[in-house]
Amino acid sequence: MAEINRDDVAHLARLAHIDMSDDELDRMAGELAVIVDSIKSVSEVAGDDVPATSHPIPLSNVFRDDVVGETLSNEEALLGAPDNADGRFKVPAILDGE
Amino acid sequence: MTAGTEEILSFEEALEKYDPVLGFEVHVELNTRTKMFSSAPNAFGDVPNTNVTPVDLGLPGVLPVVNRVAVESAIKIGLALGCKIAEKCYFARKNYFYPDTPKNFQTSQYEDPIAYDGSIDIELADGTVFTVAIERAHMEEDAGKLTHMGGSTGRIQGAEFSLVDYNRAGVPLIEIVTKPIEGVGSRAPELAKAYVAAIREIVKNLGVSDARMERGNVRCDANVSLRPYGQEKFGTRTETKNVNSLRAVEHAVRYEIQRHAAVLDSGTPITQETRHWHEDTRSTTSGRPKSDADDYRYFPEPDLVPVVTDEAWIGRLRSELPEPPAERRKRLQADWGYSDAEFRDVVNAGVMSSVEDTIAAGVSAAVARKWWMGEISRRAKIADVEPAELGVTPELIVELNFLIESGKINDKLSRDVLDGVLAGEGTPTEVVEKRGLAVVSDDGPLLEAIDGALAAQPEVAEKIRGGKVQAVGAIVGGVMKATRGQADAGRVRELILQRLGVEGQL
Repeated sequence: MAEINRDDVAHLARLAHIDMSDDELDRMAGELAVIVDSIKSVSEVAGDDVPATSHPIPLSNVFRDDVVGETLSNEEALLGAPDNADGRFKVPAILDGE
Repeated sequence: MTAGTEEILSFEEALEKYDPVLGFEVHVELNTRTKMFSSAPNAFGDVPNTNVTPVDLGLPGVLPVVNRVAVESAIKIGLALGCKIAEKCYFARKNYFYPDTPKNFQTSQYEDPIAYDGSIDIELADGTVFTVAIERAHMEEDAGKLTHMGGSTGRIQGAEFSLVDYNRAGVPLIEIVTKPIEGVGSRAPELAKAYVAAIREIVKNLGVSDARMERGNVRCDANVSLRPYGQEKFGTRTETKNVNSLRAVEHAVRYEIQRHAAVLDSGTPITQETRHWHEDTRSTTSGRPKSDADDYRYFPEPDLVPVVTDEAWIGRLRSELPEPPAERRKRLQADWGYSDAEFRDVVNAGVMSSVEDTIAAGVSAAVARKWWMGEISRRAKIADVEPAELGVTPELIVELNFLIESGKINDKLSRDVLDGVLAGEGTPTEVVEKRGLAVVSDDGPLLEAIDGALAAQPEVAEKIRGGKVQAVGAIVGGVMKATRGQADAGRVRELILQRLGVEGQL
């Protein structure tokens, strides 16, 4: 059984900006451990001769020519925004100083 | 924390006690027509949120597609930095929450950058060369631009809200990362400046970036750490973010060395953190300590397939590379016949390309140097701008030089003509007319002045009549004074001798 403890889950939840109750943290620790174990079994089957895969379809070099296409208008761009001002998206002040 | 309140040691004392180690992350914005993963225009200064597509806004269901030219530009940068090019590389998601990216992740590269293991030689102003090892150069996308509103100074502290423009979001970026740079000692600040200048020069020369630092096309994060001499293990580093002029890079590295030394001297460990550079106080302040939030949970981007390179593709791109800047400098110096010192002065003054263009426009290497290192550099210094930013064109210098060589104006008047042109009064010829600056070549007024000068110094006139031709200088001087320098001295001399009937003895 993979070692995923409550603190690991709390850490991930914080990084992912997900609110989780104490009960949920306990339950998720167990569930995530099962998932990690399941995935681990894949690496048991795949030997050193099987390269790591990032994409299910064996394609590479799908490129686009450097040609300007259609863009949204300013109004369209802001259509779904909760708030806007001066043609720009308005967001709460962010406090972490970056 | 208020800027500039921290203790620092003198630079000399800091270097006596500690060995600095540097590292740089330079972000280069490519000048492709479109963005990295969308066909929105890559353009500066447009109406906010108009150079955007659903991809750039991270709307549901969109799929990014890689810009071929951006990949080729990345490979060219890698080749110019002497890097190996990855046979196969991937994009990755760097996950973080900040409104500069509407997707909540930045598409970047993680374990497999497109280029790795390179090196470049950096030449300092006095000719000393340091080799800087390049760890990697990878492809990613720029973030949107935030403007903090409601605070007293436009800074994030105290801001009530922020406005976001996503025109820049998704602009192709190449991040160039050095290996730790050791053994530079007191040359560290100079090397920092020279390194960023070299990267800027290389990407500009490749034509892959506009490389305008004032527009953020080239941005530098400077890492500094100190360790006692003889210690192998690196000290704790700080990363000064977004130092965006060459001068600032030099000053920021210098300041951090001085600050680290004072902290270490007091027995306190260095906090690993980002630092903010303040141009006004020439100091840094604490930014954000390294924390949980730096766990970016990178994973391979599932919406993009790998980039695979082969010899043919890389070979073609290699064949398209322009002459490297260092080789270009060697060739130009030989072509122009400048001494090492003369050429270095030209390079350090930042006018090499200007001189090259001016020579190409049709003046001699000596004349081009005279203008760029003389009058133009002097004016640039007064205006506190780069000489190339004064608006002096090669054609202007060619015309000024023609006016001098054809005797219409002299060197002294040419400076007034340059002033007039830079003040927007027209072409050199127009300025000469408007300001009445032409050398007096009509003999009438000259003869009048000559007669005046001869009458004022009758004993000199007598000497010249008697055959002492070298005494003519005193009369020429009198004439030049009377014409306020607007006479052609050679012609004046000729006329004086004619007047005194000694022209046969010239």
